[in-house]
Amino acid sequence: MNWDRVKEKLEILADAAKYDVSCSSSGSKRKNPDKMLGDSSGMGICHTYTEDGRCVSLLKILLTNHCIYDCLYCVSRKSNDIKRAAFTVDEVIDLTIGFYRRNYIEGLFLSSGIFKNADYTMERLVRIAKKLREEHRFNGYIHLKTIPGASNELMRQAGAYADRLSVNMELPTVSGLKLLAPEKDHKEMIKPMESIKNDIIQFRSERKLIKSTPKFAPAGQSSQLIIGATNESDLEVIQTSTSLYKNFNLKRVYYSGYVPVLAHQNLPQLGTPVPLVRENRLYQTDWLMRFYQFDASEIVNEKHPNLDLEIDPKLSWALRNREFFPVDIQTADLHAILRIPGVGVKSAKKIIAARRFGRLDMKTLKKFGIAINRAKYFMVAGKNKPLVEWESDNLRRLILQHSSSKYRGNFSNQLSLFS
Amino acid sequence: MNQVVFENTFDGLLTSVFEIYAQKLVDVDLIPEGNDCELFFRKKVRVATDLEKSRRVQDQIIKYLGKNGLKSLWKATLTETPTIGQTIFEVIRYMLQRKTNVLADFGNPSVLTLHEALKKLSRERHRMTAFVRFQRASDGTYCAIISPDFDVLPIIADHFKSRYADQKWMIFDTKRKYGIYYDLKEVYPVELNQPSADLTPSGSCITLDESEEGFQNLWKSYFKATNIASRRNIKLHLQHVPKRYWKYLTEKAKD
Repeated sequence: MNWDRVKEKLEILADAAKYDVSCSSSGSKRKNPDKMLGDSSGMGICHTYTEDGRCVSLLKILLTNHCIYDCLYCVSRKSNDIKRAAFTVDEVIDLTIGFYRRNYIEGLFLSSGIFKNADYTMERLVRIAKKLREEHRFNGYIHLKTIPGASNELMRQAGAYADRLSVNMELPTVSGLKLLAPEKDHKEMIKPMESIKNDIIQFRSERKLIKSTPKFAPAGQSSQLIIGATNESDLEVIQTSTSLYKNFNLKRVYYSGYVPVLAHQNLPQLGTPVPLVRENRLYQTDWLMRFYQFDASEIVNEKHPNLDLEIDPKLSWALRNREFFPVDIQTADLHAILRIPGVGVKSAKKIIAARRFGRLDMKTLKKFGIAINRAKYFMVAGKNKPLVEWESDNLRRLILQHSSSKYRGNFSNQLSLFS
Repeated sequence: MNQVVFENTFDGLLTSVFEIYAQKLVDVDLIPEGNDCELFFRKKVRVATDLEKSRRVQDQIIKYLGKNGLKSLWKATLTETPTIGQTIFEVIRYMLQRKTNVLADFGNPSVLTLHEALKKLSRERHRMTAFVRFQRASDGTYCAIISPDFDVLPIIADHFKSRYADQKWMIFDTKRKYGIYYDLKEVYPVELNQPSADLTPSGSCITLDESEEGFQNLWKSYFKATNIASRRNIKLHLQHVPKRYWKYLTEKAKD
C-alpha cells in the first residue's frame, strides 16, 4: 500500500463523509460458524469517540468526493473549491480489513459523491461490498448509501451484500429541497426507499418458506434529515420522519444539525452555531415515538409546532397534560409509567418487576436511575407528595430552577435563529 | 458476629454458604482470604473449598434462579469487590426465604447491590470489546494489552473467538498478569514469560509486522479527520472514553 497517498485520500474522504451522522452498526445478526472474518451480535459497538463526543463504529468514508450535483448544504458540491480525491476499490478493501482485524471498527459505511451518473457510482459501491464478502470472506457490518436514481437491480445487489442501506432525504421539506438542491427531485429520492422496502418484505417472506433464501439488508434501511439549514418547523421534521418510519419501515431516521460551511443568501450565516439542543430534542422525540408509546401528534402539533428547547419533550407533554397525573407506581401499567418525566424504559421495567415483591419507596426508585428531580412532581410513591395543585407554568419554573442543563449556554442565540 | 473466611473462588464462596447453613451460623460476615484481619471477640471460621458442597448450593440456586441466575452470581465475583461475597450470600439467603426468583426484586438492597455490580461489570466488558487494540506481530498473531477495572477476560473470550475466528490473537491483562490466546481453534489462558511453542519469544508479541505502523498512522489520521470541530464536546468525549483507557488506544497515542 502507498501509505502516504492513502493517508491523504483518507483525510479528504473521511472529512467529506463525517456530516453523515449515522454510525449505527446494530440490528444485524451475523454468526460466524465458518471461520470467516467477523461477526455481529445485533448490538453495535462504539470503538472510540471523537472529540465532539460522537461514536466511531464504522469506517465512514466516501468512495470519492467528486460530484456532479451542486447541493448548497453539502461540502462536496460541484462548485465548492476543495481538494478532490477518489479511492480505488482495493484501497477501500485494504483499509476496511486492516482496521477491522485490529478491532478499530465494526465495519464499513461507504457513501459517495455522484460521478458520471447514479448507476455508475452505485455499481462501484456494490462492487466493493461484493468483493469484501466473496473474495475476502468479510463477515462484519457493511452500510451502503444508495444513490438516488440507481437501477432497482443494483439496489437489489446492494441489499444482498450490505447489512444496511440508506437513502438520505437531507431536507425535511419539499420546499427546502427546491431551495437548496434544485437539481434533485423529491420523488426521485423517495423511489429507492420504496424499492428497498419492497425487496426487504419479499426476501423476508421467502425466507419464511425457504430457509436458504439469502438475507437482504438484515439491518434494514435508515435516512438522515438536516436540521436548521432551512426554516422548517419541528412539526414538519417530525411529520417527515413519521411518514418515513411508517411508509418505508425505516429502522432509524437521523437528525443532523446543519454545520454552516458556505456563505449564501439561502443558508444560515457562517458562524451560526450548530443547533445541538434542537437536534437533541428531536432525538428525544424520536425515542418517545419508538420506545415510549407516544404518538407524534402528542408531542408536536399545529398548536405546538416547535419543541421546547429548555425542557425535554416528555416533561413538556406532561406539563400540558396534567390531568394524566399523578401516576401511582404501585398500580399503574407500563404505558402510564413510561409517561412519567424522568423515568426511562429500563427503570419502568424495573418498577414493574420489583413492585410484585412489595412497596417501593423514593430511595429505592432513585437507585433505579430515575431522575427524581423531575419525576417526583408526577408520581405517587412512598411518602412522595406530587404537586398536583400547582399551575404548570410555576411547576416548569420550579423544575428549571432545580436542574442545570448542559446546554444552558446555547439557548439565547439559537432561539432567535430565524425570527 | 462470625467472620467466615473463604478461598477466593466462586466454589470457595459457595462452600462457605453451605457451611453457614450446615453449622447454623448467624450474624455472619463473609470475607475473601487475604482481606480478613484479626478481631477480638469475634469467631473466625476458615472454610476450605469443597466442590461437592459448592455443587449442592449451585443446585439450589439453579432451582430458584435458573442457570442464568447462577451465571449472574458467578459473574458478579469477577468485579473482585471484597464485599461481593457477602452480597451474594445475602441474595442466596433471601432466595431461600422467599423460595422464588428474587433477582427481579430490585427493591431488595442486596439484590440491587448485585445488579449494580453486574451493571458495572457489563459496562467494563463492553468497553473491552470496544477498546482492545490489536497490533499485528511479525508472525501474524494479533496482540493486545489491557488493564481493565474488573477481571473481564473470561467473559470477553467468546466475543473475540467468534469475531476473529480466522486470525491468531492474544489479549493480555497486565493488572492480573494473565492473558487469553486463540490458536485458530480454541482459546487458552496464558501467563507471561511462560514460553509456548505458538507464541513469539517470552510469551509476548514483540516484533511488529511491517504493516503495523502504517495502519496505526492511518487510524490516527482517520480519527482526526472524522471529528467535527464546530461540534467539539470534550465533556461528552471524556464520559465515553475515560482517560484511564487512553494508554492502550492507538488513536490516543502521541505521534
